[in-house]
Amino acid sequence: MTSTNADLPLKHVPGHIKHDGHNLTGFIIFLCSESIIFLAFFVGYALLKITSPEWLPEGVEGLETRMPLINTVILVSSSFVAYFAEVYLHKENLWGFRALWLLTMAMGSYFVYGQYVEWSELAFSLSSGVFGGTFYLLTGFHGLHVITGILLMGLMLARSFRPYNYAKGEMGVTAVSLFWHFVDVIWIILYVLIYVWQRTS
Amino acid sequence: MTTTKYDPRVLKAPHPVPGAPDNWKRFFSFNTDAKVIGIQYIGLSLFFLLVGGLLAMVMRGELITPPADLVDPSVYNGLYTMHGTVMLFLFLFPVLNGFNNLLIPTMIGAPDMAFPKLNAAAFWLVPVFAVVLLSSFFIPGGPASSGWWSYPPVSIQNPLGHLINGEFLWILAVAISGVSSIMGAINFVTTIIRMRAPGMGFFKMPVFVWTAWAAQTLQLIGLPALTGGAIMLLFDLSFGTSFFRPEGGGDPVLYQHFFWFYSHPAVYVMVLPVFGIFSEVITVYSRKPLFGYKFVALASFIITFLGLIVWVHHMFYTGTPQWMRNLVMITTMLIAVPTGVKVFAWLGTLWGAKIRLTTPMLFVLGGLVNFIFGGITGVMLGTVPIDIHVGNTYFVVAHFHYIIFNTIGFGIFAGIYHWFPKFTGRMYYEGLGKIHFTLTFIGATLNWLPLHWAGLYGMPRRVASYDPEFALWNVIASIGAFMLGVASIPFILNIVSSWARGAKAPANPWRAIGLEWLLPSPPPAENFEDDIPTVISEPYGYGLGKPLVEDEEFYVRRSMEA
Repeated sequence: MTSTNADLPLKHVPGHIKHDGHNLTGFIIFLCSESIIFLAFFVGYALLKITSPEWLPEGVEGLETRMPLINTVILVSSSFVAYFAEVYLHKENLWGFRALWLLTMAMGSYFVYGQYVEWSELAFSLSSGVFGGTFYLLTGFHGLHVITGILLMGLMLARSFRPYNYAKGEMGVTAVSLFWHFVDVIWIILYVLIYVWQRTS
Repeated sequence: MTTTKYDPRVLKAPHPVPGAPDNWKRFFSFNTDAKVIGIQYIGLSLFFLLVGGLLAMVMRGELITPPADLVDPSVYNGLYTMHGTVMLFLFLFPVLNGFNNLLIPTMIGAPDMAFPKLNAAAFWLVPVFAVVLLSSFFIPGGPASSGWWSYPPVSIQNPLGHLINGEFLWILAVAISGVSSIMGAINFVTTIIRMRAPGMGFFKMPVFVWTAWAAQTLQLIGLPALTGGAIMLLFDLSFGTSFFRPEGGGDPVLYQHFFWFYSHPAVYVMVLPVFGIFSEVITVYSRKPLFGYKFVALASFIITFLGLIVWVHHMFYTGTPQWMRNLVMITTMLIAVPTGVKVFAWLGTLWGAKIRLTTPMLFVLGGLVNFIFGGITGVMLGTVPIDIHVGNTYFVVAHFHYIIFNTIGFGIFAGIYHWFPKFTGRMYYEGLGKIHFTLTFIGATLNWLPLHWAGLYGMPRRVASYDPEFALWNVIASIGAFMLGVASIPFILNIVSSWARGAKAPANPWRAIGLEWLLPSPPPAENFEDDIPTVISEPYGYGLGKPLVEDEEFYVRRSMEA
């Protein structure tokens, strides 16, 4: 990979001017906006958890924290893997990028699987009061983001096999890995709010 | 005079958008040109203005007599819910996005929006959620009828037990509308940040661009909160959760926080671009630079910031603790400062000016008077004791219609007339425009001024029948409402006949200063194409004799020859 997009003259498509930099700006704006939905959910969760007269539904002792902790460690470390994948890309080591990118996807998929196992073993449902509702809403909404992230990474992986696509300055990978870090940070906050912060009554 | 004498560039044909027809059909196709999308937005939203207006006139027809005789009270509940929703989500947001599409790229000298396809997709979501929303009239149980704010626990009742009910469709439509608005907001903000013409620093941007930027920033911050609340409401309604159900440990007031965290700033989302239109129109027809341009520009972002911390003033009477009421009362009052800066800047611009009373200027002056009036009642309502006294009465209805129709609506009409020649290439008929203004101003005043008294005397809003002592105010209001309906006739006539057969518009019929006026009327597909001008002066340099851009002669000549 020696030839890069940057050497080619900017192709003038009538009606559409290509601006790669705009995509990243737009994506960052989108992420900021998206984080507000999570913020709304987090604030709502915290308020309900503090003010609700009854928190745990009958027969539920609390949440098991060991399995989610393993999940958390895997998801958080996948962020570092994604970072090194990006480093390889910048060094134009495409195979190194693909390998680490695939590893990130695998770790993300393991997280989703772990979430599925956890959900299927729980003794409460979506309609078990605010406790059940908020738990499934927050983890489910976050899980949707993880799945979206994995799909986007798959798309980026597929595009890496097309020539010229992953020259320096390619914004898709940067955007997706930003998204992945975002999903990670959200999970850390979520883990603290849902699993670490205990309310027993 | 031949064009080749000056510059061969002027002979270059505009780039056609590939595969797009260049006639009226493009307005009905998936076109990615911001100017086509802008006109699509405005056209579609004006249709929904008619729909929402008809719903309102049925309500005013019902309210002309005290008992509920024209429509059943339960139908009336559906009517005001749908009137509010249609006017906000199908008229106001789309029409302002139309202005953003037309004006942002042309005012900053960009060829198009940053993401043309996203832009077109955002527009085509509007008819989608329109169908979702309006189809609720035809399902069992009728449309949503818990008011446009959809407070639980009323909104999460589902007496018929169907999955698809009016409330469900309402939430779905609002969610799709939110997605569309976020797509638009990302596009507008990215375009403003990254695609300004060379030399156009932030303090050389026209005020409309500033206000649109401030408004879209509010969309980006506020809308996700509403979306979050709507998702939770949908789950409560359809999937048995208890976020807002007290019997399951939930809290109905939490929804009010989510709702107003967005829906109060939503007022600024709508009014800020209208402040932009005011600034553009007032300077053109006063022929003076905007008084305190930088303060007017910056005040937009101060409104954005303050707008995010005042939402609780909608909840003074829903169990808010006293310390929070006082805090929010103060922040609410503070908003009068940046808006006051703007109002005085406009008055300062008008002071001693040679004013041309064209239709857009009339609408702006009328809107300005109404805004001062509505702003004062707004400060009244921001005061805790008055709000607790008049909350949920017609005083509130009168106040927000003074802002939403008599200010924002007037600004929108002014904008449509002012930029009509630029984007259609035809002049409108001044006479019809003035008839439209006269009818609208008298109709709007008759409609909403008397309702202040009805409210102060205690007439509750959202009821189909009322005590006969309020009859006089309601009769006057209804006459005003029907007059507003009649006012749409000269407007429609004017727009349709001018566009079809009006005189050809010159490039700059108002002798206005601004990048959009250096383009031919209508502008070609990519605006300035490859000759993007370099901006060298602040906007609104009326009477200063300084050129706005380098080599201004070239652009003026080219725009006239096209």
